[in-house]
Amino acid sequence: MLSNRHLLRLKDYPGEDIQSIIDTAFQFREVLDRPIKRVPSLQGHTIVNLFFENSTRTRISFELAQKRLSADIVNFSGTGSSLKKGESFKDTVQNLEAMKIDAVVIRHPVPGSANQLTRFVDAVVINAGDGTHEHPTQAILDMMSLQEVFGSLKGLKIGIVGDITHSRVARSNIYGLSTMGVKVKLCGPPTLIPLNAEVLPATISYSIDEVIDWADAIIVLRLQLERMGEKLIPSVREYRSLFGITSERMKIHNKQLVIMHPGPMNRGIEIDSDVADGKHAIILNQVLNGVASRMAILYLLLGQKIPEETETYVSE
Amino acid sequence: MKMNLKKQPKSILLKNGTIIDPHRQKSYSGNVLIKNGKIEEILRTDAPEDIPSIDCSGKIITHGFCDLHVHFREPGREDKETLETGCNAALAGGFTRVCVMPNTNPPLDSPESIRFIMEKSKTLSVHIHPIGAITKNQDGRELTEMGGMVEAGAVAFSDDGLPVSDGQVFRLACEYAKMFGVPVINHAEDPCIRKNGVMHEGTVSAEIGLAGNPDVSESSMVNRDLELSLLAGTRLHVPHVSAERSIRHIKKTLEFSKLISSEVTPHHLYFNHESLHSFDTSFKVAPPIRTEKDRLALISALKEGIITCIATDHAPHTVEEKEADFDEAPFGMIGLESCFGVVNKVLKNELDIMEIICLITINPREVMGFETNLFKKGIPAELTILDTEKEWIFGLDDIHSKSRNTPFIDETLFGKVIGCFSKGNYFIS
Repeated sequence: MLSNRHLLRLKDYPGEDIQSIIDTAFQFREVLDRPIKRVPSLQGHTIVNLFFENSTRTRISFELAQKRLSADIVNFSGTGSSLKKGESFKDTVQNLEAMKIDAVVIRHPVPGSANQLTRFVDAVVINAGDGTHEHPTQAILDMMSLQEVFGSLKGLKIGIVGDITHSRVARSNIYGLSTMGVKVKLCGPPTLIPLNAEVLPATISYSIDEVIDWADAIIVLRLQLERMGEKLIPSVREYRSLFGITSERMKIHNKQLVIMHPGPMNRGIEIDSDVADGKHAIILNQVLNGVASRMAILYLLLGQKIPEETETYVSE
Repeated sequence: MKMNLKKQPKSILLKNGTIIDPHRQKSYSGNVLIKNGKIEEILRTDAPEDIPSIDCSGKIITHGFCDLHVHFREPGREDKETLETGCNAALAGGFTRVCVMPNTNPPLDSPESIRFIMEKSKTLSVHIHPIGAITKNQDGRELTEMGGMVEAGAVAFSDDGLPVSDGQVFRLACEYAKMFGVPVINHAEDPCIRKNGVMHEGTVSAEIGLAGNPDVSESSMVNRDLELSLLAGTRLHVPHVSAERSIRHIKKTLEFSKLISSEVTPHHLYFNHESLHSFDTSFKVAPPIRTEKDRLALISALKEGIITCIATDHAPHTVEEKEADFDEAPFGMIGLESCFGVVNKVLKNELDIMEIICLITINPREVMGFETNLFKKGIPAELTILDTEKEWIFGLDDIHSKSRNTPFIDETLFGKVIGCFSKGNYFIS
């Protein structure tokens, strides 16, 4: 049984809970290999997927996970600020809750929105990415994928490359991986690494070659081209030459290295097609493990009632 | 909640209190006799027995507080606060005199709008002084008619809420304001550096991913403002200092100039950015709440006399607005009612009570050139009664503002306002 009612972030999230989610996820992976990929675990449970921000893979991954568990689901998509649409965030979610739902999966462009949601509803809240804060289910599927390759997480060395400042994937992985005894090195230009990043449980390097030499696996982050207007880097060309996981670079290093990417990829920018489709990459395994991890998370949070008093890490 | 405002009887005696007179820097036991709203006599002993009295034993009788920085939202956002409800909040906090910022809708950017405030506040129980906008429509381009505004009652100029980004415009404002002898106040946050920041940029923003606004967005602009005000030879008042880096610039300038002053808010003295871990929008303020190091530096700056005023930056917002997501929610918290309990709690082991009282009485009055000798026979009573030993929990019932956006709810505070005398009325909490 997990010790928290919600899954909002991996900062301060117990390692034993992460491990039991991963272990359960491997059991659900077997279900996904069966001809009939459906179990009745969440029959009668109603889950709302509340997506205030565009998402394809996370939304589909959650939906599939819910369907495989036989849950009833409702999808809500609204982009942009809810306030601008005339109804407040609070009203939107309280209306949904009035229709008797058991859980809310929320994706929102603003950090802290999942935490805020727990103040407005009694349902179980699962954070599917809140702005630049966290994306805990992505990190769990990444850890599951690493465990699948390496057998265990403890002692691994993982590089995370790209726009760390604006990456919820990076933040959740930094916390989750370090809790699981993994050494994490962040790599990117200083303009894409947060001020005071030394407070994060990770080291920092500005050299991609140094990180490739050091790491067992690298998580390549998407260069958010929509942020190019902010002039955080001089050009895509220079980014590729300084931080790109290129075929040439992989040839020069010629080592066993696992390459991961949360998607969607900018092929030819942060990662070359040859690498993304090559023997090093486990990117499609990540996608499959995403469904299994989310099944595990939903099952552990909803399938077994967790008393309300346990949500200690929500309110500080 | 309605204020407990009472019309004064013809004569009333404040009996057996400790009188703290920040103007003379004296503290003594005594009685204050008020007649027809005016101070009739200050008696060290032997008070007359035959007139109605308020027992002030164990309490302090001192000047009514003065706040250089409040937002009363009238005209335009009367759903958040009006001049009248703002006055109620002020009285509950012991404030008898406040300066209202001009970022209303429309802004206070003309002699007419200044007259509107003066006219509307005539009958209210707190002395209200409007601060005029520096630029027309607060858009940072053209200077306002400062002459006419001063004549109408403006006591200072500021585009508060918005920084004057264009250095040339700010230079002209300093030069022009100089002929009226009033201070210029600039909300110092360089918009280019601040960008879309919603909290202090530092360890906590790195951890939780909210967009950061670094301390240098303030300190670099404070430095610019100090330099430009020195060039013009005008008086500059730096509002809501939040960063240690800004203090360094102010300290250096104070070594050779007497033309500058500054203020700090109770919330910057009380909280640090760790509170933002909760994503609670009531902590969203501009400038942001910064690190523990900054907080301690602000306290030291008060002790060293670098910062001389406490101002609340009372900024009412509706519940709906503050319940929005963190990026959408507006900046600001209310602060009048909780001010003394917060400030006294933070400073009681750092400064003596006379020094604390100066920060909210004579020091801000000196910045604006208001009367600082308030224990004077014959002048209208403008006094506040305090219980400095009272430990209490701040709650919704203590709020008299129309809004309740404050993170101080349920905080234990130390020191309470018992009542105050202002413009012929007295208020008892």
